[in-house]
Amino acid sequence: MQFIRKYLSSAWHTLFGDPVRAFGIVSLVLLLALAVTPTKEHFSEWHGYQRNYLSLIRDRGDAVSMRRRFEPGIHQIWMPALGVVDRCTTCHVGLNEASLADEHQQPFRKHPAIPHPVEGFGCVICHGGQGAATTVSEAHFSERDGEAPILPTRYIEAGCGQCHQNEMAGTPQLNLGRTMLTRYGCVRCHSITRPDGSKLMPTDHPPSLIHIADKTSREWIYSWLKDPQAYAATTTMPNYKLSDQDASDISAYLVSSSKPQPGDTAAVDVKTASAGKAGNPAAKPAANPADGASLYGQSYCSSCHAVQNAAGNVVGGNVGPELTRIGNKVKPEWLNAWLNNPRIYDVTTPMPHYRFTPQQIATLSDYLHSKSDADYGANVQLAAATPQQIARGRRLIIDGGCAACHEINGVQTPQNFAPDLSNIGSKPLAQIAFLPGMQHTVSTYIVSKIRQPRAFGGAVKMPQFALSNAQTDALTTALLAQTARSRTIPDTLRVAATADTNYQPAGHAGKLMTELACFSCHRINGRGGDMAPDLTYEGSSVQRQWLTDFLKNPNTLRPSLIRRMPRFNLSDSDNKELTDYMLAVYQTPTVDPDTAPSATNPAQVVEQGRQLFYSKFACQSCHIVDTKTDKGYIGPTLTHVGSRLTPAWTYAWLKDPQALRPGTTEPNQKMSDDDARAVTAFLMSLKGTAGIGAKQ
Amino acid sequence: MMKRVTPRTLRSSACLALLAVVVLAGCKHPGQSTTALKPTATGAAIVETSGGHQLGSTGTELKDPLIVQVNDEQGTAVAGALVEFQSPAGVTFEPATMLTDASGQATTAVTLGSIAGRYQLAASTAGKSKPVALDIVETALGYQQRVGSILADKYCTRCHDPESSAERVSNYDNLETKPHPFTDSNTLNKMTDADLTAIIQYGGPALHRSALMPPYGKTLTLAEVRALIAYTRALADPPYQPAGTVYAHK
Repeated sequence: MQFIRKYLSSAWHTLFGDPVRAFGIVSLVLLLALAVTPTKEHFSEWHGYQRNYLSLIRDRGDAVSMRRRFEPGIHQIWMPALGVVDRCTTCHVGLNEASLADEHQQPFRKHPAIPHPVEGFGCVICHGGQGAATTVSEAHFSERDGEAPILPTRYIEAGCGQCHQNEMAGTPQLNLGRTMLTRYGCVRCHSITRPDGSKLMPTDHPPSLIHIADKTSREWIYSWLKDPQAYAATTTMPNYKLSDQDASDISAYLVSSSKPQPGDTAAVDVKTASAGKAGNPAAKPAANPADGASLYGQSYCSSCHAVQNAAGNVVGGNVGPELTRIGNKVKPEWLNAWLNNPRIYDVTTPMPHYRFTPQQIATLSDYLHSKSDADYGANVQLAAATPQQIARGRRLIIDGGCAACHEINGVQTPQNFAPDLSNIGSKPLAQIAFLPGMQHTVSTYIVSKIRQPRAFGGAVKMPQFALSNAQTDALTTALLAQTARSRTIPDTLRVAATADTNYQPAGHAGKLMTELACFSCHRINGRGGDMAPDLTYEGSSVQRQWLTDFLKNPNTLRPSLIRRMPRFNLSDSDNKELTDYMLAVYQTPTVDPDTAPSATNPAQVVEQGRQLFYSKFACQSCHIVDTKTDKGYIGPTLTHVGSRLTPAWTYAWLKDPQALRPGTTEPNQKMSDDDARAVTAFLMSLKGTAGIGAKQ
Repeated sequence: MMKRVTPRTLRSSACLALLAVVVLAGCKHPGQSTTALKPTATGAAIVETSGGHQLGSTGTELKDPLIVQVNDEQGTAVAGALVEFQSPAGVTFEPATMLTDASGQATTAVTLGSIAGRYQLAASTAGKSKPVALDIVETALGYQQRVGSILADKYCTRCHDPESSAERVSNYDNLETKPHPFTDSNTLNKMTDADLTAIIQYGGPALHRSALMPPYGKTLTLAEVRALIAYTRALADPPYQPAGTVYAHK
């Protein structure tokens, strides 16, 4: 003790005994203390990167100008409105250096060209991560409270989806994911709210099961429930991994609760037992088996329905259900009634009422029934259902949430059946129960949950969806775009979703258009499908006689298309009704018939138009006017265009095609008024029957 | 003195740790799979069945799986041969090593790296005396190039791509003056970005070429035209090198 005190006092004396020495020592300590911060900075991670950057650009040809643009120190992009404090550019120094395009080493790559400059938006808005951090581990990989690792490149389109609620050409993955959310029934159980407060609404059409027994058998329902994809590979119905007993009990309840509705085959049989109407097997007209396939083809069933071919490829549209094994599913009398008029069984179906003749119905019905698989459901034998089974089936239906999609007698549609996913993309990591060995990111969690929902414990009700890896990625991207941040973004930056309108044409024509399901393929006034042309301005576009003839027999306009308008066997009065309505209502104010060129023109104007058509504008690269010489195969054939389109529409179209139909592929050729008038005159001279225009 | 050393030692130990992790991770994966996969046969050649020369978005899985086939000297498929897929950093295979199936084929799902450009992948198998390998090329498109590819599908490829498909009939053969396919790099690489912009915006006559190429200047925005050019450049083989750019020399 004594010794230590003696030592300390001698040390004190040595250091501070002399005032000059004391001053020197204190100064030295102060100097060292002041040196701490610069030293730390010198050895900080970001400083190392900036040094590496300088040595990287040293040997480049434009080193001098690049070094001039380089600013040492911490860089920061601060945008209070967006809540952005990004220091990423401290290490990612060369983001805007065009000549670093060939540089593959991070953090020095040039940022690929995107519409948003980094100065205006920062980085974390799209990429996630911690913008204020200045070390790689904190900025990219932090899993601390309220922080999350950056978004993997695989799902980067989720970044776009936070502001852009609309469909964009540059984000196919996000678009597919959003379509799937509404098409695969996700939003029927999970509610998803967009930042503007609107909800994602389902676009699928799950069948009502209130009279399912009219359509199919309990055995088929059993096999279907056990494995929907075994019946139809492309169905959106997920697999609930039901036990034999569960599937048997659910099918028992569905069949026993099924009640015949007005118009069902059971009812038709009783009422019209003696009538020769289609749908009554007693008076079935003779089917023509040889015509089945061609009638299926002529009716363009494959535009909406897919069938698996011999090579195992599923070919056809996905609007209606796949028909590969339809013969295993539906009862013959139901199929007859359905083909006769699908709207009797299901008033909301997207299937058109074709107005087939009884013989056509018999032919088509036999053809469809031949599409069956003898092995499918061959071993299914179900004993008659007991009341206990039926009661248990109902409980399983309630527990499984079946009624979230399907209308079922005696079961209410559940509300908020599954967790809300509006903010799933920014779900705090601490709230997620990761499986052992799983990477701790929201994206891995979502992917695993979609791939194997039941791996997260026996109590999880979510079924197994049959999705490809690309579909899973797309869905994950769309879900990752649902973040809390997207709700704090200023309205001015937000791009709203383009929702379908609920446009409904009026009167008898409107009823006809509903029956023919025009909106399943055509878009009018912002409602409808995109398989066929938008008809919003069809009335300004076409001539009366042509429209009447087309509705009677829709021979194709574009020979290279495989999806075409089917023939609906309309009566003459219905045809006239529809033609009148379309010509009167679907008009655009921008096409003015009064100032348009006339339909008949002097020969020299027609000849001038012909020369412009062939030489200056080279329209023959896409269109056919003379079937002998022209081969253009992209736009519609114009051999009869003079009897199809109105002169006013043709003129306006030549002046600016996109103004009349946004997104159409025909380029705007900047035609002068005179040129457009001459070409219109030439086109109007093409009546098909009267030879090839003014060729002679 | 201590103060100066600490960060450096920390850094170097961190580097060492990182290196150890990388090495361990690098060892672990093939180590596991090779012990699990016991090849029952060896082949003499490895050929590409399908899945090469695809275009995908950066960081995403290619649409079609990569399928290679292992053959013996007679060209017969060999089942049970060990195939290993290798790639530059960033590309992942699922799975990366596998045995060929009964038809001698090995199928893997390829996820591209996050950098746009061409990726040279390799598939190799043991072979009788020495390993045999096969080179496969895939291309990753960045945002701008992907926008270009979508625009090209809509406006360009009907004429510029001679291949017809069932869904889409090519117009190439119908044209008197044949358009240059986007893969015709001998021609396109000689054209500058300004040339391409002019011909897209003002049509063929802008460069004294055929009027069958219409002008798209009033239909497409300048950004869209640039995206189209970026896409055609991404397809170039050999790669396009703009004149005047100075490249770093190592």
